[in-house]
Amino acid sequence: MQAVLEHSPSAGATAPNQTKTGGKRTGLLLLSPSVLLLLAWSLVPFVMTLWYSTQNYNLVDPTLHGFAGIDNYRYLLTDPDFLHSLLNTFVLVAGVLLISVGGGTLLAVLYDQEFFGRGIARILVISPFFIMPTVSALLWKNLMLHPIYGVYSAMMRAVGLTPIDWLARFPLLTIMMIVAWEWLPFAVLILLTAVQSLDGEQREAARMDGAGPIARFRYIILPHLGRAISVVVMIETIYLLTIFAEISVTTAGGPGVASTNLAYLIYSRALLQFDVGGASAGGVIAIIFANIVAIFLVRAVARNLEA
Amino acid sequence: MALKTKTSTRIGVTALGWSIALWLFFPIFWMILTSFKSEVQAISTPPKLFFMPTLSSYGEVFERASYWHFALNTVIVSVGATAIAVVLAVPAAYSMAFLPSKRTRGILLWMLSTRMLPPVGVLVPIYLLARNTHLLDTCTGLAVVDMLTNLPIIVWMLYTFFREVPAPILEAGRMDGATRWQEMTMVLLPLALPGIASTALLSLILCWNEAFWSLNLTSSHAAPLTAFIASFSSPEGLFFGKLSAASTLAVAPILVFGWISQKQLVRGLTFGAVK
Repeated sequence: MQAVLEHSPSAGATAPNQTKTGGKRTGLLLLSPSVLLLLAWSLVPFVMTLWYSTQNYNLVDPTLHGFAGIDNYRYLLTDPDFLHSLLNTFVLVAGVLLISVGGGTLLAVLYDQEFFGRGIARILVISPFFIMPTVSALLWKNLMLHPIYGVYSAMMRAVGLTPIDWLARFPLLTIMMIVAWEWLPFAVLILLTAVQSLDGEQREAARMDGAGPIARFRYIILPHLGRAISVVVMIETIYLLTIFAEISVTTAGGPGVASTNLAYLIYSRALLQFDVGGASAGGVIAIIFANIVAIFLVRAVARNLEA
Repeated sequence: MALKTKTSTRIGVTALGWSIALWLFFPIFWMILTSFKSEVQAISTPPKLFFMPTLSSYGEVFERASYWHFALNTVIVSVGATAIAVVLAVPAAYSMAFLPSKRTRGILLWMLSTRMLPPVGVLVPIYLLARNTHLLDTCTGLAVVDMLTNLPIIVWMLYTFFREVPAPILEAGRMDGATRWQEMTMVLLPLALPGIASTALLSLILCWNEAFWSLNLTSSHAAPLTAFIASFSSPEGLFFGKLSAASTLAVAPILVFGWISQKQLVRGLTFGAVK
């Protein structure tokens, strides 16, 4: 990202002795396979989704067919489940970002300190990033949070509290915690590298001048992390907008739609209720929604990286 | 750190660093531990930390589901998708880095924006396309989809790595009469190999753990480890020993792989954002 913005394309590496058109053609030729594939990948399904979204199309009910106009959209947009799932999507993304970026920054500073066995501790911290979402969801649902057999429930009983059925009582919050557990390590991984790249002399100088740990964090470390935080936010948002496996495995979106996000709502419409038309309308809305977020993100990140 | 920190601070940092690390790692540790318990031990209350380890859960998992079948699918799909994506991305990134035009930056941003396309938004058409082309429930179908979802990120990462290769080195090669192909394969690739390796690593990890498409586009024949695990989430999932053994089997290869390659991986993950 930084490279894109720092080296403007015109300040290029094109060989001086090379004819311009020849280079251009070669460049285009080399670029085209990837571009054409991605063009097809992003356009064809989208156009199809757009088409299905205007149709009455149910996989199990062949009598229902024909042009539906905007009925699928109207039906969806007036559905309280839809608004609820949109809100849940937002809460999940914002919550996990907050936990992973906030926690990640603090942990990056912590694991930047010299201490006994730091290397091993770091490896332990980043491990959850390698665990597949289905496994982490099952792991938390059963081994950790199960109201009877879970370790956390046993701990609560040990100190005299009544265990809570987390996924039934606070489904969205619990899923947020599980997802944050997966993504916090990712943030730590990147932010730690950023903290370590900070000039040691600068930190030392600040310390000599009498800056306390909080002042050093606020005025030296935090500004330095801007770029890395942008990258974390950007990559995590891509994945968080479409959280699926964790919901599917733990609550199946329930109870009711309490933990249904947009991705899961469309999934349940399409593959569980076979309503291709309605699911496609949801898909179009999800794509529009993601693009709005993408525009803001790319802008914000680009600005931050240029600074 | 040139200055001596106070001993009490040092002890505090050590304690805090280790407690958080152990707390975050605890679920994984407990999963591995439980996989060596019998079903009775696995659900004993209070949970047991010390017990006679047994391999019975592993035995039952292997008996019930053909782990190797799922694992092989995962390996084929991950390696296949990564290999094709890298082969496609190298020329694209080369072109962007060394033959840039006015549109290069725009193309890059556009590529990344396709990655933000929510898979669920195009689930129906992709599902129907896969069904009509008989690619549903095949390793090829899943690998193609995984390849396409990761391609933008791979192009982007390779581009940042290629930018670090000094152009004069490539020019020198060309002066000596190297063709573009030779320039790319004999000059650039050896120089950018660490970058390509870390890009491939990240892609492998993402493919290995990819759940959405693998759960929706496969059923039995091409089902990878994500599906293997999902099959243990049914009420039978309450057999904690078997569940843990299956989970451990599914994540162990990639976890060990990640541990070994973490230094290399960081290089790739930071997208040149950290200098």
